[in-house]
Amino acid sequence: MSGTTSDTIVEVRGLSRDFRVRDGLKVRRLTAVDRMTWSIAAGEAVGYIGANGAGKSTTIKMLAGILVPTAGDVHTCGLRPVKDRKKLARRIGVVFGQRSQLWWDLPVRESFGILAAIHSLSRARERARTDELVETLDMGDYLGTPVRQLSLGQRMRAEVAAALLHRPQLLILDEPTIGLDVLSKQRLREFLVRERAEHGTTLLLTTHDMGDVERLCDRVLVVDHGRLAYDGSLDGLGRTVGAERVLVVDLAEPCAELAVPGARHLRSEGGGLRQHLAFDPAATTAARVLAAVSEQADVLDLTIAEPAVEDVVRRIYERATTSSS
Amino acid sequence: MGDGLAGRASELVRPYRAVLASRVRAQRAYRASFRADLFGTAVVGLTELAEVVVLFSAANGTLGGLDLMQALLVFGLAELAFSNADMLFGHVDSLARQVRSGTVDILYLRPQPLLAQLVTSDISLRRVGRSALAVVVLVVALVVNDVDWGPRAVALLAMSLVCGFAIFCANFVTAGGLQFFLLNAQEVTNAFVYGGRHASTQPATVWVRSITVIFGFVFPMAFCAYLPAMLLLGEPGAEWLPAWLGWYAPAAAAWAWTVALLAWRAGVRHYQGGGG
Repeated sequence: MSGTTSDTIVEVRGLSRDFRVRDGLKVRRLTAVDRMTWSIAAGEAVGYIGANGAGKSTTIKMLAGILVPTAGDVHTCGLRPVKDRKKLARRIGVVFGQRSQLWWDLPVRESFGILAAIHSLSRARERARTDELVETLDMGDYLGTPVRQLSLGQRMRAEVAAALLHRPQLLILDEPTIGLDVLSKQRLREFLVRERAEHGTTLLLTTHDMGDVERLCDRVLVVDHGRLAYDGSLDGLGRTVGAERVLVVDLAEPCAELAVPGARHLRSEGGGLRQHLAFDPAATTAARVLAAVSEQADVLDLTIAEPAVEDVVRRIYERATTSSS
Repeated sequence: MGDGLAGRASELVRPYRAVLASRVRAQRAYRASFRADLFGTAVVGLTELAEVVVLFSAANGTLGGLDLMQALLVFGLAELAFSNADMLFGHVDSLARQVRSGTVDILYLRPQPLLAQLVTSDISLRRVGRSALAVVVLVVALVVNDVDWGPRAVALLAMSLVCGFAIFCANFVTAGGLQFFLLNAQEVTNAFVYGGRHASTQPATVWVRSITVIFGFVFPMAFCAYLPAMLLLGEPGAEWLPAWLGWYAPAAAAWAWTVALLAWRAGVRHYQGGGG
């Protein structure tokens, strides 16, 4: 890479995208992305969050060269996505959580072989990279299994590997953990952290799961109705909106309202057998809250509820409207 | 130097070869079902053939100035060219479904031209059954009919099979391009893809004027089978479609592909929203 763009992987300036929607006989214009300006530096991990229909997928499609912007500029890896689509395809990897780039009737290994041919990888590079991905994503057990027989968690790992086979500079993940169980999510997140540390891959991910953002991203972009509503660190986002996680504990015996420093008692069920405690993840940790609870009662079981992205976005939006009025 | 060129060419086709080889393997993996499919497509071809035969017997053996054996030459040429095109390009016709399911977006993420990827994304080997039947019909028709064999006839036969194939392929691509616009109206594209196939198996002398314009020149189906067959048989051809036009099949194929690529480009632009 050369020139001034070497440190910027994605640059978006005044980016807009309208759609024409047929509404009966009338044709309406719908603005999915509205004059957005932001950039992502090489090596960053950015969460791109917003409610359904906020314009996330549209943005990603413009970054990847699938959609032409209505107005504004976009540069990905220093290239113009639509014009340089084929060149760009060698530098980015994209995982759409809802659609597969693997061949459903072929074993995983064969899909990787075809993708290696598609990206013109030499035999040696293909072998080395596949071995690395198979090991770090723990796919050895199902390499010979047809994709259609994989569990969702296995398939997502294979999808991520497929997108990373050609060592892209930028990995875009659209809802990568949707529908995954806790363990699969955890595995995938650990892998992405490691991939980023080892290869300096830039990450951009859209998600509905605050857990993804918390564990993977050091920066968050919040979109609302196609506009950028927040750009900053996750801690800052938490402070800004006071998004809380909720620890739900099942106790051995009914207990009075628990009083835990740094946490707020929300409610009790079953006469105190189950209690809900909200806490600010920026101020304390789930472990500390749990330790404090354990001093007061015997904990049998627990769950932690993450703040919903929709909730965070709503709060940000409310803040924006109240502060401007 | 030659080696370097061959190496580059092989690197260029490597992605397509890898995908196609996997499609062939996948289809051959289920032998019983593949054999059943082969049989099924041959039966489809047989039904089409029966239709022509029934039509001729109902018309007391001649239709549009041709007898049954002459008509079978038209049928054989058209059927073989169409079946081969369907094998390699038929799936381009189901683009609307791929747009709806979002799989087209996946093609955008790969460093090859979109149309080349789509065409090589599948191959319907089972259509070999239908092609085989067409070959049999064509060979019988060529033997039974009074063809003045010589280099000229052989060249004409080869040329018309290649050009007919190209024209049918172009129709599939045109249909694909239009389906970016007409997501729920595959019937519209079926009209010229399958209507055109049907028209091309018949003597053009029975076409009404509007059909002659549409399938003679807009979608040049007459150049796939009727015109070359008339040249081979030494027949004069139809009004507006004299037999000598058959020598211009390459021009017709070039025209069909021009239309196809324009439709494709317009479709892609529409999909990406860049105007068009």
